[in-house]
Amino acid sequence: MVQSLDTLKETPSQTAGPYVHIGLTPNFCDIAGVYQNDLGTAMVNDNTLGQRITVTGQVFDGTGTPMKDVLIEIWQADAAGLYNSPSEMRGSADPNFTGWGRSAADGTTGDYRFETIKPGRVPFRDGRKMAPHISFWIVARGINLGLNTRMYFADETAANAEDPVLARIEHRIRVPTLIAEGDGKTYRFDIHLQGEKETVFFDI
Amino acid sequence: MSDMSNRKPETGAFFPRDRSWHPPAYTPGYKTSVLRSPQKALLSLDGTLSEITGPVFGHSILGELDNDLIHNFARAGESAIGERIIVHGRVLDERARPVPGALLEFWQANAGGRYRHKKESYLAPLDPNFGGCGRAITGEDGTYAFRTVKPGPYPWPNGVNDWRPAHIHFSVFGHGFAQRLITQMYFEGDPMIWKCPIIATIPDRAAIEQLIAPLDWGNTIPMDARAYKFDIVLRGRRSTLFENRLEGN
Ligand SMILES: [Fe+3]
Repeated sequence: MVQSLDTLKETPSQTAGPYVHIGLTPNFCDIAGVYQNDLGTAMVNDNTLGQRITVTGQVFDGTGTPMKDVLIEIWQADAAGLYNSPSEMRGSADPNFTGWGRSAADGTTGDYRFETIKPGRVPFRDGRKMAPHISFWIVARGINLGLNTRMYFADETAANAEDPVLARIEHRIRVPTLIAEGDGKTYRFDIHLQGEKETVFFDI
Repeated sequence: MSDMSNRKPETGAFFPRDRSWHPPAYTPGYKTSVLRSPQKALLSLDGTLSEITGPVFGHSILGELDNDLIHNFARAGESAIGERIIVHGRVLDERARPVPGALLEFWQANAGGRYRHKKESYLAPLDPNFGGCGRAITGEDGTYAFRTVKPGPYPWPNGVNDWRPAHIHFSVFGHGFAQRLITQMYFEGDPMIWKCPIIATIPDRAAIEQLIAPLDWGNTIPMDARAYKFDIVLRGRRSTLFENRLEGN
C-alpha cells in the first residue's frame, strides 16, 4: 500500500536483571578471557584535553538502601563541548576522549565511579548554550526500562541558571537532585529512585 | 569511526518513545520493581545533541569468538553442552531502515539454566565450557548472528514458584544515546512465556510477541544447529528537512 507509513514498533524493554554484569562487564564479574577489557572502563588517556574529574556516587532504592547491582552508562561532550559521534556536525571531537563510560556499582558499597573530564557547553535545540552536563542511563534488576537523567555541576552556578533544560523543571525544589557537588576534582552524584529526594528522570 | 565514514550522518531527533508499549516502572507482580520505580512524572525533553548523538563501536573491538558462545569460554578442543542454536536477525529503526554498526551484547544461562555469577544460587551445575556472554556488531544491512546453546529455564525468588522461560538477554547500542535498549529474547512455542511475571510487566500481548523468536527452519544447519530469528527495532528519527537548524549545523 503506497500510503502506508511503514512504521514499526520499538522492541519493548525488559529488565537488565541481576546478571547484567555477565553481558556488559564480564571481567568485572570474574568471567575472564572472553573479552580483553570490559567496554567503557577507559574514557580518557594521557593525551585527553580538559579538566580531569572523578564522578562517583550511589543509587538508592525506595528504602534509602544503596543498590549494589546497578549498572550505569554515561555520555558527555569533550572539553570543547563536542560529542565524539558521527552525528556531531559542528566539528571534530577530541580523538583522545570517548565521551562514553560504563560502570558497575561496587558489589559491597554500591559506589559507581567514572574517571573523565569536565564537559564543555553544548547548544540546546534553539542555539542557547546548555550548562555542562553528563547524560546518565541506569539499569538494574527491578528497573523495567532504563532510566535517563543528567548530572550538572554545582560550581557552574551562572551556566546552570540559564540552562534551558533545568529551566523546564516546574518544581524548583527538585532542581538540586540533578546537581553534583564537587571540589573541581571529585564530584558526587547520588541518584534516588523514590522518596522526597527522588531524582528528576527524563523522557528523552 | 572508520566503519561509519561513508554514511550520511543522522542528525534528527528521535520519535517520542511509546511508553505504553514498554513495561511501566511500577509492576508489583515483579516484586523488585516496587522499590525501584520512580514515582514522579518524567520530564519530557525533545532530543538535544546530548540525546541525538552516541558512541560508535568499530568491528575492530571484536574478537574472533565473540559471537560464538559455544567456544568463547571453552577449553581448547571442547565446547559448551546443550542444544546448539544460531540466533540471527536484523536491527531496524521504527522507519524500518537497517541500523548498521549497532553493538549487540548478549548474556544467558547455560543449558541447565545456571548463570556463571557469584549471586546465582540455582542448584543446576555450571558448565566448565560455558561463560554466557557474547557480542556482535551489525553489518551494513543491519544483520547480526551468533552461535550458542539454548539456555535452560530457571527458578527465581519472586513468588513461591516462579520460573523464567528460556531467554537470552540483549543489550543494544544504536547511533544515539536515546536509543539505548536492554531486552530479552524468548523462544517460539515455550508455554512458560505466559506464566512469567517479568514478561507480564509488558501490558500489550502484541508487544510480548515481538520478543518471541520463531524457529527459522530454512536457516537451520543440517546435523549441526537450529536457527532462531530475532529482529530488533530501535527508535526512529525524524527527518530533518524542515527542522530549525541546530547551531553550527
Ligand atoms: Fe536471565
